[in-house]
Amino acid sequence: MGGTAEMQAIIDDAVRRVGADRTRLMDILQDTHRGHGHLDHGDFAAIGAALGIRAAAVEDTASFYAFFNRLPRGRFHIFFSRTPVSLMKGAREVAAAFAAATGAQIGAVSPDGAFSLAWAADLGMADQEPSALVNGAAVVRLSPADAPGIVAALKGADGKASGLPLFGGDGAAQSLPQARIADSLVEPGPALFDAEATGDGLRRALERPPDEVVKEISKAKLRGRGGAGFPTGLKWKLCRQGKGDRRFVVCNADEGEPGTFKDRVLLTRAPDLVFEGMTIAAHAIGASSGVVYLRAEYAYLLASLEEKLSARRAAGRLGRNILGRSNFDFDIRIQLGAGAYVCGEESSLIESLEGKRGSPRDRPPFPTERGYLGGPTAVDNVETFACATRILERGSAWFSQFGTPESTGVKLFSVSGDCERPGVYELPFGVTLNELLDRVGASEARFVQVGGPSGECVAPKDYGRRLAYEDLSTGGSVMIFGPQRNVLETALEFTEFFAEESCGWCTPCRVGSTILAETMRKIVGGRASLEDVIAAHNLARTVKRTSRCGLGQTAPNPIVSTMRNFPERYEAALVKEDFTPRVDLNDALEESRRVQRPDKTMPEQQA
Amino acid sequence: MSEAFRISVNGAHVEARPGETVIQACDAAGVYIPRLCHHPELKPAGHCRMCVCDINGRRASACTTPAEPGMVIVSENADLVEDRRALLEMLFVEGNHFCPTCEKSGDCELQALAYRLAVSAPRLPYAWPKRDLDATHPDVFIDRNTCILCSRCIRASRDLDGKSLFAFSGRGRAVRLNVDSTVGLGETEFAAVDKAARLCPVGCIVIKRTGYRVPYGERRFDTALIGAEIEARAERGENDADGQ
Repeated sequence: MGGTAEMQAIIDDAVRRVGADRTRLMDILQDTHRGHGHLDHGDFAAIGAALGIRAAAVEDTASFYAFFNRLPRGRFHIFFSRTPVSLMKGAREVAAAFAAATGAQIGAVSPDGAFSLAWAADLGMADQEPSALVNGAAVVRLSPADAPGIVAALKGADGKASGLPLFGGDGAAQSLPQARIADSLVEPGPALFDAEATGDGLRRALERPPDEVVKEISKAKLRGRGGAGFPTGLKWKLCRQGKGDRRFVVCNADEGEPGTFKDRVLLTRAPDLVFEGMTIAAHAIGASSGVVYLRAEYAYLLASLEEKLSARRAAGRLGRNILGRSNFDFDIRIQLGAGAYVCGEESSLIESLEGKRGSPRDRPPFPTERGYLGGPTAVDNVETFACATRILERGSAWFSQFGTPESTGVKLFSVSGDCERPGVYELPFGVTLNELLDRVGASEARFVQVGGPSGECVAPKDYGRRLAYEDLSTGGSVMIFGPQRNVLETALEFTEFFAEESCGWCTPCRVGSTILAETMRKIVGGRASLEDVIAAHNLARTVKRTSRCGLGQTAPNPIVSTMRNFPERYEAALVKEDFTPRVDLNDALEESRRVQRPDKTMPEQQA
Repeated sequence: MSEAFRISVNGAHVEARPGETVIQACDAAGVYIPRLCHHPELKPAGHCRMCVCDINGRRASACTTPAEPGMVIVSENADLVEDRRALLEMLFVEGNHFCPTCEKSGDCELQALAYRLAVSAPRLPYAWPKRDLDATHPDVFIDRNTCILCSRCIRASRDLDGKSLFAFSGRGRAVRLNVDSTVGLGETEFAAVDKAARLCPVGCIVIKRTGYRVPYGERRFDTALIGAEIEARAERGENDADGQ
């Protein structure tokens, strides 16, 4: 697509739009990708020349992100969500139906160049799987029968000049069949979804000195809703004390933990609650700029979020002299990600915001001391900001009446899998898993993955445990698996997920997670002996102990927690031999068989 | 310079100065902590994880952790040795390392650490990756088969040579060492005298026409264990490694 001169013009525009700021490389790459359909060496060289950096430095960033294609792909690029939940809902069959309807194999381009198909990690639609992204626009609750209609609709729109943008942002795809994303709020609770954000929280915050606002958050004992549970008041206090001319508020909307989608629902239904929380944080820590890091999978929300921000500026709730305060200026921009789970880790997120590959930073220094652009930075989850708004609006005492002493307030749970009512539930912390399973209609759960792949795989004997920081800690992902599901296969899927999403910076995560996945494949394939399980256990320990960031430290969790809670499943899968080879001899010989007898396929293959 | 302070390393007192990392303080005191990506002339990067220690009861890499007064460090115990052996195995099986024919044998830090930690043969599965060679430069050869992704050349080219000719590409197990050219290193302003060519710990970046000048058996790690020069400081009672 496009000649060199045309590409140069696109790149020049992209660079100009961000003032040739190298730290805005993600935006430049997004614009270039949108114009070109993929990114190649010519693009890297042109961008590098315009920014005064090496082409290799541009490629260093670009090649990190799954949504930046390095090779030409179809005019319509379709990503299918591949998670245990999407697979149980028939994602394989859906992908096969699309392959048949488009003529493109998964991972390839159709002969006419119109379509390309690929698997992706969780798209944030676990409540309405199988899901897919068509050039950034989400389609959900797919069945194989939907494929011909969607493909026909896309072909019809395939005029010469127009077409869907490569990264969402306009309404062109909204007319596709299955494009109606359910908002999936099943049970609103007493705090977050009971009313609109009226601006009262912000008004009250501005009436008080910043350190009083921090104290109010601390008194409410608000802790980070992304899963790690760091005390928000302390984070804001440290950030306020951090040395630097410019401080930043960053909203982590890179909701990448498989099975979670509550931030999607918050940003759909109550974005003002989030933006207002960011503005309150800005007042508390003394920041004048904020950024929302929005995962690429949610690009379809971009236009409506930008509208909300404009409306807030018009209403005097963002921009200069907010709510008439002559000394308070604050504005928010939205940074779109490009497909990297690790960017949900706050220091990786900051690296990505600065236009680099999303590898985590060494700590100390922590972001509160030296974060975005070197300034003290408070990175908080979408839901945390929403809670902050309510705390300032209604008081810390009101907030902490919900939940447990150590886990105050309410929590949004994203429930998916084998249950009658998947969706978002707003419940006080401390609710037991049993109570939650009753509410969602999952009386037969065989195992429940709490907190996503990095969390815990819980067996029925532990369903009495409480969802709270002090017991089953979770960012809110609850995936339910019925009696027909295989816990080992799920552990394998999750382990492969981590191997795919490892940033590659450090040895144990880069190499170890891949080998763990390989061993798990052998176990699931029924070819492993006890020796393999012991080796996997030891390797898992090393990966946990030596990895540089949370991704690597939790990458072995699917294996470790299923070994702990379901030892009998492992035992049943093992071969009763001292040693079994890693290679299946039949598989290994298949290629030479084909070479020797090109006209005859082996009987096993025909099956 | 501000006041020196004390940290505890394996139960003994060690002097550290403000601004020093744990590995710098330990090096100065003659306590050797295994490392591959760390190099005294470069900013730390925390890739290889060989230097991970118990620091105040938590695992952290000694190369990136600033020393602080009263810090309690365990640099070696059974778990740490097990982890380091496993990390070495991971690096060996990730690439294509053929020590008997490698020009770097005897000078290779990866090989030397394997000897020091008694790793004889990896038990982990080999990945047998396809890695590219680059012989386009008149004086320097790149053999990515042995690259351990330590980023020494990337950091050296950027921070010491002022050229930024190297970078990573890709993610996860697909990460590769990249040079700033579509053709190869020969097309860049890289020179054999660049620090980036000199700090490679393995046989990935080698200088042409110097191979085997020092015979096998007479090389750095043929005659002494890796780390011995640091440990000798303790024996001599030296306690200053400025410029190291």
